[in-house]
Amino acid sequence: MTEAAVCPVLHERDHPLHGPTGFAEAVSDGPVKMLWPNGVEAWVVSSYAGARQVLSDPRFVTRKGGHPEMRTDSGEPVLDADQPGNINAIDGEAHLRLRRPLSRGFMVKRMNALRPRIQQIVDEHLDVMEAKGAPADLVTSLCLPLPSLVIAELLGVPPEHQELFQVTATDIFGKNGSKDEYVAHATKLADVLAPIVAGKKDAGTNDDLIGLMVNDTDFSMDELIFLCIGLLAAGHETTSNFLGLFTLHLFEQPEQRAILQGDPARADVMVEELMRYTVGHLGGAGLTRRATADVEVDGVLIKAGDWVSVSLLANLDEELCPRAAELDLDRETVSHLGFGFGPHQCLGANLARAELQIGLRTLFTRFPNVRPAVPVTQMSYRTDMITYGAASIPVEW
Amino acid sequence: MTVRIDRTRCIGSGQCVLAAPDVFDQSDDDGLGFVMIAEPPADLLPGVRDAVDRCPAQAVGLEE
Repeated sequence: MTEAAVCPVLHERDHPLHGPTGFAEAVSDGPVKMLWPNGVEAWVVSSYAGARQVLSDPRFVTRKGGHPEMRTDSGEPVLDADQPGNINAIDGEAHLRLRRPLSRGFMVKRMNALRPRIQQIVDEHLDVMEAKGAPADLVTSLCLPLPSLVIAELLGVPPEHQELFQVTATDIFGKNGSKDEYVAHATKLADVLAPIVAGKKDAGTNDDLIGLMVNDTDFSMDELIFLCIGLLAAGHETTSNFLGLFTLHLFEQPEQRAILQGDPARADVMVEELMRYTVGHLGGAGLTRRATADVEVDGVLIKAGDWVSVSLLANLDEELCPRAAELDLDRETVSHLGFGFGPHQCLGANLARAELQIGLRTLFTRFPNVRPAVPVTQMSYRTDMITYGAASIPVEW
Repeated sequence: MTVRIDRTRCIGSGQCVLAAPDVFDQSDDDGLGFVMIAEPPADLLPGVRDAVDRCPAQAVGLEE
């Protein structure tokens, strides 16, 4: 058996907008077996074709059945293997049973119907930012409250709980937490959610996502609560980070920013390119799977039982598009993997798209001279989370 | 050229609707994709091919 290479430290970056130092070089020659800091050995697959293959082949599963987690420093799983409603660790028909009703809540037409409300939230928050005057922190002024308010409204949770949700979502995504800490955070959310869920059951309505899950599905109460926690946490953290990172990339690449400002109506296509590029350049360890059979990927035989980490460096593979390492906002949309691929592709992708398109377009048209108040490389970044982003983005205009 | 969606695979991600909104929609009943124009004219085919490529569940097919 080949000796596994030691994985580079994943939170050390030469530039805050680039991937972990040495990682891309270490995995560039096809699937490489790496030793993670927590002792787990995993194949890293980073080609575009290999990533699509692993993420869509049912022989690679997400259910790890109590085995060590790759993404925690200790290697200890924070969740029970049989946690009901854990949609990220369940496969096949059992996954479809949870996924399909939720997809209905995130349908393209539903997300499009939300656009005027998203625009209103963006406008109101930028009004406040402008009134307070420069410098302002873009993260607290716009990036964080936008997805936070939208997911809460979509789920149908009352606005008075918003702050609790925002704080707890951040805690849940902290990557160094022990199982006890995780359970404590999740319990805090569950205690707030339980009466809300019960209320919707009594009312019998399905006009928001919780109502839809309570009254239009066969989900158990345990599944429902856990799914709500997952949706709240994911809805807060990810879009917020990406809105910030997109803005920072545009600050660093004025010629690309000029393309957005020259044709803001095309923001939908540009967000796809920003997603491809940003996710590709973050590109460290990515989405984890486990092989249930011997499968050849990119000429390497991955054995049943092996761990696989799909690195989204795959978004920078020239097989996907020419000059793949470059941001090109004139590019037409390509089939990037920024939201993943396969049956576990990001459930909230269409919501994230709407928020990112409206947020970015409005920021750069309303404040044509918006600029970083400190150099992008000197801002503070969150390296203590599973997700990655700027902790604050001081701007002036 | 016939466009199909395999409903046993579809997860309702809506990627086909984004790629070719004139050809695909999602059902209000279950969120899954469906084909509005089974034999689309030539000018809509690039979008359909894009949908085939982008579908995360590989549920969209174009039979030549």
